[in-house]
Amino acid sequence: MESLLQAYHHLAVVFLMMTGFYIMVAYDNLVKKLIGLNLVQVSVFIFFILMGKVGGGSAPILAPGIEAYANPLPHVLILTAIVVGIAATALGLALAIRISRACGSLDDRLIAHLERDED
Amino acid sequence: MPFITRNPILRETAHTLAPTTLLYALYVQFHGDYGPGGGFQAGVIFSVGLILYALTYGLERAQAVLSRRTAEVLSAFGVLLYALTGVAAMLRGAAFLDYSALAQQPLSGQHIGIMAIELGVGVTIVGVVMLIFYLLTDTGEAG
Amino acid sequence: MSGQLLGCALLTLSAVAAVIIARTDNLFSAALLAGMSSLLVAALFLSLDAPDVAFTEAAVGAGVSTIFFLTTIAATGRQYAYAPSRRVPGLVLAAATGWLLFYSMLDFPWLGDASLALHDHVARYYIEHSAAEVGPPNVVTSVLASYRGLDTLGEVCVIFAAGVGVMIVLGRFGHSGRAGQSSRRGEE
Repeated sequence: MESLLQAYHHLAVVFLMMTGFYIMVAYDNLVKKLIGLNLVQVSVFIFFILMGKVGGGSAPILAPGIEAYANPLPHVLILTAIVVGIAATALGLALAIRISRACGSLDDRLIAHLERDED
Repeated sequence: MPFITRNPILRETAHTLAPTTLLYALYVQFHGDYGPGGGFQAGVIFSVGLILYALTYGLERAQAVLSRRTAEVLSAFGVLLYALTGVAAMLRGAAFLDYSALAQQPLSGQHIGIMAIELGVGVTIVGVVMLIFYLLTDTGEAG
Repeated sequence: MSGQLLGCALLTLSAVAAVIIARTDNLFSAALLAGMSSLLVAALFLSLDAPDVAFTEAAVGAGVSTIFFLTTIAATGRQYAYAPSRRVPGLVLAAATGWLLFYSMLDFPWLGDASLALHDHVARYYIEHSAAEVGPPNVVTSVLASYRGLDTLGEVCVIFAAGVGVMIVLGRFGHSGRAGQSSRRGEE
């Protein structure tokens, strides 16, 4: 039962990541692609935090009477990765706004056509 | 600004929540040593409070609180504060970012160093998030 | 055990949200659902003993990133995406990659096993020595700010660089910059 639940965690992480990947491949819209990228990011975060879990442990805040703590290292990595991720997403969104102002479209196929016409 | 709401319930909720969020961000910033929290979280929560204010009262009033220029300066100032803390440790004869040298007792030196760099992190994040928010909402009519 | 059941429930809910995001053509609801799924993931982080990360994910994923997506949708004036044009290659690629990933994950050590090498190296050192060497009871803070201070300085620089990047892409640097220069030249 335990191992089934754990396999389910892994399966869900892979499913979330692949849904984001599918959105990035299938859709033409740049904002939609960025939403997919966000899903991929979140699934990586979940994977790291799952690795840091220690059975019977507590949050890594030292307190008397607690023996086992979760591994603080993945927490530190993901904490900073989340904020860096939003900064990168914001940069992508800024590029999308700029592209839509310049080309009048957010559709990457249409933008590729426009470029070909200009050449 | 397409975001300003005239719905009285939303306005009243945001009116109550925005100052509370700002205060809570300060708590998270300075209590980060003892509980969950720290500069990253506090910076984001503080900017969420400011953005809530902007969504209720409009960009002009939010920019009267924290102008775009101030946001630019803050984002650079935080990185500078962080790096200067490291340099201060070097000037006192220790390695870069080794806060133990910042005071007589190593532990209080660590405390001062952590406070300073968490403040730097928080200030940078408030500056960058508010700057990005202002730029994304700037539809180009003003410029 | 109950914690793992809770985790499975939260993961299932966010997977459902992800499927709806993949199927809808409405960008507005996709952005809101992504925020909601972030909030669910934040609850999952809390159940995995990571309150700091849960905090950040709730504030960033459900707060700031949703606002950024919504402002972008408002700024570009396009609320709907066209139907996906590469649906079949997308599904094939995602299924193949997903199968490979899951297959390799079957070899992973069991979650929560305290005897893993992962928990034995620096992590143990940080937990045992941070109180005496750094001070704060929150080990995450002492690792982030003190032991790995240089890493965090790099992260802050990356965030600052992203802010500068957005300023370059969207800001009206050219106008204000030139105006500033001419006024300075006037003073000379």
